[in-house]
Amino acid sequence: MAFIANTPADQAEMLAAIGVAEIAELFADIPASLRLTRELNLPAPEAEPILLKNLKSLAARNISAGEAVVFLGAGTYDHYVPSVVGHILGRSEFYTAYTPYQAEISQGTLQAIYEYQTMICNLTGLDVSNASLYDGATAVVEAVLMATGATRRCKVVVSAGLNPEYRRVLATYCDFLDLQLVVGLLSEGEPSAEQLHDLVDEQTAAVIVQYPNFFGQIEAGIEQLAEVAHAKGALLICAANPIALGLLKPPGELGVDIACGEGQALGNRMAFGGPHLGYLACREQYLRRMPGRIVGATTDASGKRGYVLTLQAREQHIRRQKATSNICSNQALNALAATVYLSLLGPQGLAQVAEHSVQKAHYLYNQLLQIEGISPGLPGPFFHEFTVRVKANPEELFSRLVEYGILGPLPLARYYPELSDLVLFCVTEQRTKEELDYLVKVLGGLL
Amino acid sequence: MNPADLKYTKEHEWIRVSGKRAIIGITDYAQKELGDVVFVDLPSPGQEVVKGDDFAVVESVKAVSDVYAPISGIIVEVNDNLQDSPELLNSDPYNDGWIAVIEMRDPSELAELMTNEEYEAFIKGA
Amino acid sequence: MRVNNTAGVKPIFAESVPGRTGFSLPALDVPSQPLSAILPADLLRQEPPVLPEVSELGVVRHFTRLSQLNHSVDSGFYPLGSCTMKYNPKINEDVAGLDGFADLHPLQPEETCQGALQVIFELEQYLCEITGMDAFTLQPAAGAHGELTGLMLIKAYHRQRGEAATRTEVIVPDSAHGTNPASAAMCGFKVVEVPSNERGNVDIAALRRVVGPQTAALMLTNPNTLGLFEENILEIAEIVHEAGGLLYYDGANANAILGIARPGDMGFDVIHLNLHKTFAAPHGGGGPGAGPVGVKRALEPFLPLPRVIKDADSYRFNYDLPQSIGKVKGFYGNFLVALKAYTYIRQMGAAGLKAVAENAVLNANYLLAQLKDYFDLPYPRRCMHEFVLSGSRQKANGVKTLDMAKRLLDFGIHAPTIYFPLIVEEAMMIEPTETESKQTLDEFVQAMRQIAREAEESPELLQQAPTKLPVSRLDETAAARNPDLRWRG
Repeated sequence: MAFIANTPADQAEMLAAIGVAEIAELFADIPASLRLTRELNLPAPEAEPILLKNLKSLAARNISAGEAVVFLGAGTYDHYVPSVVGHILGRSEFYTAYTPYQAEISQGTLQAIYEYQTMICNLTGLDVSNASLYDGATAVVEAVLMATGATRRCKVVVSAGLNPEYRRVLATYCDFLDLQLVVGLLSEGEPSAEQLHDLVDEQTAAVIVQYPNFFGQIEAGIEQLAEVAHAKGALLICAANPIALGLLKPPGELGVDIACGEGQALGNRMAFGGPHLGYLACREQYLRRMPGRIVGATTDASGKRGYVLTLQAREQHIRRQKATSNICSNQALNALAATVYLSLLGPQGLAQVAEHSVQKAHYLYNQLLQIEGISPGLPGPFFHEFTVRVKANPEELFSRLVEYGILGPLPLARYYPELSDLVLFCVTEQRTKEELDYLVKVLGGLL
Repeated sequence: MNPADLKYTKEHEWIRVSGKRAIIGITDYAQKELGDVVFVDLPSPGQEVVKGDDFAVVESVKAVSDVYAPISGIIVEVNDNLQDSPELLNSDPYNDGWIAVIEMRDPSELAELMTNEEYEAFIKGA
Repeated sequence: MRVNNTAGVKPIFAESVPGRTGFSLPALDVPSQPLSAILPADLLRQEPPVLPEVSELGVVRHFTRLSQLNHSVDSGFYPLGSCTMKYNPKINEDVAGLDGFADLHPLQPEETCQGALQVIFELEQYLCEITGMDAFTLQPAAGAHGELTGLMLIKAYHRQRGEAATRTEVIVPDSAHGTNPASAAMCGFKVVEVPSNERGNVDIAALRRVVGPQTAALMLTNPNTLGLFEENILEIAEIVHEAGGLLYYDGANANAILGIARPGDMGFDVIHLNLHKTFAAPHGGGGPGAGPVGVKRALEPFLPLPRVIKDADSYRFNYDLPQSIGKVKGFYGNFLVALKAYTYIRQMGAAGLKAVAENAVLNANYLLAQLKDYFDLPYPRRCMHEFVLSGSRQKANGVKTLDMAKRLLDFGIHAPTIYFPLIVEEAMMIEPTETESKQTLDEFVQAMRQIAREAEESPELLQQAPTKLPVSRLDETAAARNPDLRWRG
């Protein structure tokens, strides 16, 4: 068997050294009534050539982004992943290592995480970052738990413009962790930071906004909301799109205490929703409430610079039930992808990806409005996602467009029943003018 | 050697009483068990504590330990020097490494604490 | 680690030269507008973020050199207990890299992702068969996330029966992984610890004393973290179930029992598996992993949504699950990690998985036989897939387990898990896995015996180790006292 090295001769020698006659004896501690007397009922084993063929045909039953024109976003984005990213991630010194417990033989992973933390701090304008979390949704949850811990309060005020997928996950945690979740309503179909002011009171641990929000809008008033939250003793949490932070003012400059969110857009493939990474950065005063792994620089016995996992006393393997969080891993490889991606792009490259996405989104928006049957959706400035109203059933339109090789736009009624005729478009730098014009032509014919 | 003028707990805190004020710290034995202290999470002055409450946290690289209130009362002072110099807990646990001052509500609780001799017998048994 | 990189690798920010880039975009092909006309002027960044400016080759070289500072399964033996550092078949990576899987948007129409839905559906079925459970969710992203999800399911179950207010305690053995009590506390339970007996099993008498109408669940790892099979598991299950509690299985050590015994048959009601341990998905330097959760029929209605169901020949998501606890993670879990596990199970088949457990246990017992005379063995029993030695004998000589672990690094071998479980003094937890050859195990035995000898003859050699690596022992105290968590130039 390819993955098991022991030959029958090896096994015989090893059994002799142990002092038993056969392998079955090694399992004697398992009560006989529990030992399986049949083989597991699984598909017959497939040798690699057959297996690959079968899995390729399974993959072929999916339509990948490369075979279609993608206008879906909503938190998972079709940005270009440079070739270098895959090659670095494919180095098995990275992907077959474990959590860097033994620092001296894990300097590669540790330094990469330190560089990642630095980039996240620089993007968000905040003081400290952890080594990454499971994904954007759970990063928002962890930010909330930091805030409830820091304030010893249990009410959380959330903008309706926060990604509904994140809100759903947050709702589950709030339910089981006995936190009170208050979602701001859409005022005239539009979320706004101002509208949250009245919901913040002395019981509020945190206020959460998204930047740009789920509808792509860049809401005004985050700074004012920070003032309101701070005046009541609450923290402001901001789920920000890291690509947008190449152009937009960082959350740290807007009074935000914890920035967090989905890092997939930074060099990670869409992967049907995972694995991706959640990022989280905060002001220094909340450092010891930060969940997950943190890497710090230090020196070795000879004074040479090196890196270690640090502030571990917060963590479960030491604190057990008193730990800051139960998280004991990070998405190291996805964070590595983000680090390589940002290293390749640099500040100009990131700004370019952001700007191309913005320009193309605005071009498409203007072209779409030429179509009879499409009218403006939610108002205000937007980034690379926007809403429009369609004179058609959005779900039917969603299905019809598949026939034209188009994925999206997303029907918003799935998450906001009151927005029954709105759809959400996303345009990344990957979309060409030709593809945008094609979409406009197809939609013109369908509506 | 543990100072004779102090009282001790089984959780390795010491108490120095002067009037209604009780200065609290952790013992030399405790700091040695913890190793290099890297951070002390201090309470806020004004906080009320009941005997047995955990009111501070001492972190070393590989361990973390709660500090329990040996007596009930109000925390009136904390040792802010520990913020920047947590190593004081290692270098001078009985003086510069003090953690907080509690204004006692019921000094009779002191009777339940150990003398230095009792404490030394206790850690030998442990 | 073939490069003896004495100079270290500078942070990539230090390699930055203004104007360099490792990236190019096609020219913008749509009419462009001034950014200040389309974005709010007061929200535009004044200064670009500080990011490295490095050429493509510069980036490749930087990260290649970093990779060479790592130990990994592909570069050497990695007997890290409870982490199951087995070989990660390359074919799994190839499959996960196929565009038809890796370039799927999670919200694309169901008719355009039937292959992916089939993978989810079938993997859940395979895991049910392997573990003896009735239903699975792939949503949790890691083992600890699976634990939390499982505890939410347990709470939902007690809520439905009107007992959530009284069933507030979760019992955890003193040998448990730290995540168990941390997850239970996070889910709002009070953690009650139960001691182990002299055979390393749960102390049954002590268990009886703490079980009662307030018990929500008992969390157990089996084989436990000592690498020992919990012999009284059936009695334990009976005690907990009779009191109305549920039994949670921490699947960290499931590698030992694949095809041999099943948690579902032992009486467990909720379990999590670690696909990155047992099912050969790589650990990624700390993640991504995947922590699917399986349940018995009575708990199935509470599983996270959506679930994938099969109608005739097609698959779809079902969101209509009124009793579901909701979502615990975005979308459907770490899909590509699940895909690697799916590929692995398809390649191994039933006989292959059983051979995994047999050889994992054989390898561990072989190492134990070769090492037990050189170190203390606190629980002298036959082990399963891993075992725990104590360095107490060496400590008497001034050599800590940490010193021995660091010395092992000089041999090109990763250290075992150390100082865990907490109930063993100076613990070394060793898990060889089934994929290592006898030759590798013998090399490890030689290294460990030499270290035992060195501990007696030249303790300073161990106290100074490692000496052959890019860095020597690092000052963790300084790192924690004055945290330097980002490059400031």
